Amino acid sequence: MSRTPHVVIVGAGPAGLTAARRLRVGGAIDVTVLDREGEPGGAPRHTDHLGFGLRDLHRLTTGPRYARRLVDAAERAGATVRAATTVIDVEPAAGPLTVVTATGERLVADAVVLATGTRERPRSARLVAGDRPRGVFTTGSVQHLTALHHRRVGTRAVVVGAEHVSFSAIWSLEHGGCSTVAMITPLPRDQTVAPLRWATAGRRRVPVHTGVDIDTIVGRERVEAVVLTDGTRIDCDTVVFTGDWVPEYELVRRTGLSLTPGTRGPATDRAMRTAAPGMFAIGNLVHPAESADRCALDGMHVATAVQTWLADRRWPEAVHPIDVTAPLRWATWCDGHLTVRTDAFVTGRLQVLHNGRPLVTGRRRELVPNRALVVRGAALDRLPDTDIAGLAVQVVG
Amino acid sequence: MSDTADSPVYDVVVVGAGVVGCAVARLLSLHTTGGSPLRVALLDANRDVGAGTSKANTAILHTGFDATPGTLEARLVARGYDLLSAYAPTAGIAVEHTGAVLVAWDDEQAANLPALAAKAAANGYTRAEVVDAATAHELEPHLGPGATGAMVVPDEHIIDPWATPLAFAEQAMANGCTVLLEHRVVAVETASDVTTLVTAHGRRVHTRFVVNAAGLHGDTLHRAMGFDGFTIRPRRGELIVFDKVARPLLHRTVLPAPTATTKGVLVAPTVFGNVMLGPTADDIDDRTATGSTRAGLDGLLTKGRRILPALVDEEVTAVYAGLRPACEFSDYQVSADAGARYVCLGTIRSTGLTASMALAEEAAERLAAIGLDLHPADPATVVAVRRTPLGEAGVRPYQRGGRIVCHCERVTADEIVAACSGPLPAVDPDGLRRRTRALAGRCQGFFCLAEVAALTGWPVDR
Repeated sequence: MSRTPHVVIVGAGPAGLTAARRLRVGGAIDVTVLDREGEPGGAPRHTDHLGFGLRDLHRLTTGPRYARRLVDAAERAGATVRAATTVIDVEPAAGPLTVVTATGERLVADAVVLATGTRERPRSARLVAGDRPRGVFTTGSVQHLTALHHRRVGTRAVVVGAEHVSFSAIWSLEHGGCSTVAMITPLPRDQTVAPLRWATAGRRRVPVHTGVDIDTIVGRERVEAVVLTDGTRIDCDTVVFTGDWVPEYELVRRTGLSLTPGTRGPATDRAMRTAAPGMFAIGNLVHPAESADRCALDGMHVATAVQTWLADRRWPEAVHPIDVTAPLRWATWCDGHLTVRTDAFVTGRLQVLHNGRPLVTGRRRELVPNRALVVRGAALDRLPDTDIAGLAVQVVG
Repeated sequence: MSDTADSPVYDVVVVGAGVVGCAVARLLSLHTTGGSPLRVALLDANRDVGAGTSKANTAILHTGFDATPGTLEARLVARGYDLLSAYAPTAGIAVEHTGAVLVAWDDEQAANLPALAAKAAANGYTRAEVVDAATAHELEPHLGPGATGAMVVPDEHIIDPWATPLAFAEQAMANGCTVLLEHRVVAVETASDVTTLVTAHGRRVHTRFVVNAAGLHGDTLHRAMGFDGFTIRPRRGELIVFDKVARPLLHRTVLPAPTATTKGVLVAPTVFGNVMLGPTADDIDDRTATGSTRAGLDGLLTKGRRILPALVDEEVTAVYAGLRPACEFSDYQVSADAGARYVCLGTIRSTGLTASMALAEEAAERLAAIGLDLHPADPATVVAVRRTPLGEAGVRPYQRGGRIVCHCERVTADEIVAACSGPLPAVDPDGLRRRTRALAGRCQGFFCLAEVAALTGWPVDR
């Protein structure tokens, strides 16, 4: 008698919840989603503004509503969603995988989908020198404080970073009673889109200091000021480090999977398979950080691959990270497409090479750092899913 | 904490609640005088114990193999090692038996290794073993290229540097010691049989005997007590703590060959499962300059890249900077004066964590020698205190269930609530980090700050 296959998904954010729903809808599969947080939903839960759901639900909604919808949909489809459950290990084996929780519970799974998400690099990880006063946050901590706990965070904030999330931090700070007095980016320009810039920094006349970075934090007990690399001192009582995403890769590292150097997430193939048979990785663990709806599409995409694995139990011999050439930082798969990041503003065409030969060349455009850049092309789509070695991405004139 | 202007007359007041002062207060609290419990008070300028020099220690449980033979430091580190090794498991202070390997990076350093082994033997430590470069690389496969030789020190271990003063202070309090925080001593008034310590807030603390464990401010108190002889020049040490995923990169602490002024930059595992790189050693004038510096951090990364190249590719979890109370002498400055009823434990640097319990013994002996009637309390009346050990090698509370709030360090809500209550509660995030590890992990509050703020009730906007 063959039992119903069991898929364990680690992380109940947009990617994990969408994968769970799709897997349940697609066939007779038991699906368990585990999340370490007290409530499922992931980062949108505390991102209390519009901007969610466009690509996957085809409607625009706020983060908390989006999170609620995804949880409800997964549960209605029959997935078991368990919050406050920390996974500390996934033990590979010849047969089924074993997912181990913090309390020693062992869940046997025919497939494991890692969807543990990403976090912003905090001050320490960026090696910002100076005192260690209170008043230093990340966007994530500010969002938790203001959206979920309705706390005040300070009065005058300097936002470090000028990408989408940096501008959204202005809203979150405002909910916490804090005005933003400056934004800082080492890049020559901000990296967001005009409507978001206008709705946040523009309307509030927040100056964006470009071409400079934060050098030192001043203040013994509470932040008193920041000093920039050009010597400018900005008085403030709050500093928010935004963006600069790093995947929550502890589980990946425990299992010994190789990382993609640029993303620091696990290397996957287009079907979101890692190098370990039965282990998939999706969402911002793999591509830090794409928008929530693209993570959700990743969840839909992986469901097909998981079903294929459950049916044929075939796994690629190897999974190859995709090479990139500067100024590109990384290239990886998201929803079946090649997604790329650049470290610098550059105008040119993204070109995908296969074993050194051009495969696809995109149109000429300005490539903006910290923004999703997707390369599409029929030749890329025609490549077999298995064992795509020798892929590289570069910028050509 | 009392707001009354006057205190009772204590038998002994220990000034400075760093690891040394806490150890002294603990030991004294386990004594009687004239048939009654000794009345002991422990004063500190900070809001918490262990919040000065002690908070940025390299967390090594030193054998003392590299001390200068014949010095007080050599004797007290060796004795303190034995005392703390025995005490730690009973008090819930995590110790991990890693050992260390001292690595030579040029021919001169390699040639000096036998002399270092001989020095260790002169210090009574005979288990150090000189090995060749190939063996060093076998022992620590991730060691950078270019090692020329090494010496294995199998008993140089690692310890929880924050639990140590906390355990001492908590046991002292459980045995009757009064802990007076935010009591910065600004003046000393001496009378024939009572000394009065005047604090910044105008409180007056009376005592028969004074023990100076004031660390960075030890020379200031020493002068206020009417003595001279050493001047503190702070030596800043910056430390970089790397992500726990780096822990498999090394088995044991990797020590550099020592120089005249410092023990140099080491790479050490921590009992919490991280890897630490540091410290720097900058002699500075400002006794409050506990910030990290661009140059210091960059210098550490350069050194780290040579010692353990893969380490610097890992994420940094935390950066600390602390000030060691260095002075013009290399040895501890310990003295006693019968007329002033005063014992000074001056210029105790990074080895003070290991030596703390031996320094406490030394202080008790010196107090007895200058006229304090001191008898060990009846062991049946001694109250033991056991903390929840935070070592990653042991069992953590989350493994038995409970809601994890800090995911990076896996700290439960119950642990956080417990740390904010009791006789010596955490009153700020730093105190909570030292007691529980909450907020001390790789995300530095990205996921849990709001939850911690809700549990503790602490404001985040001030």
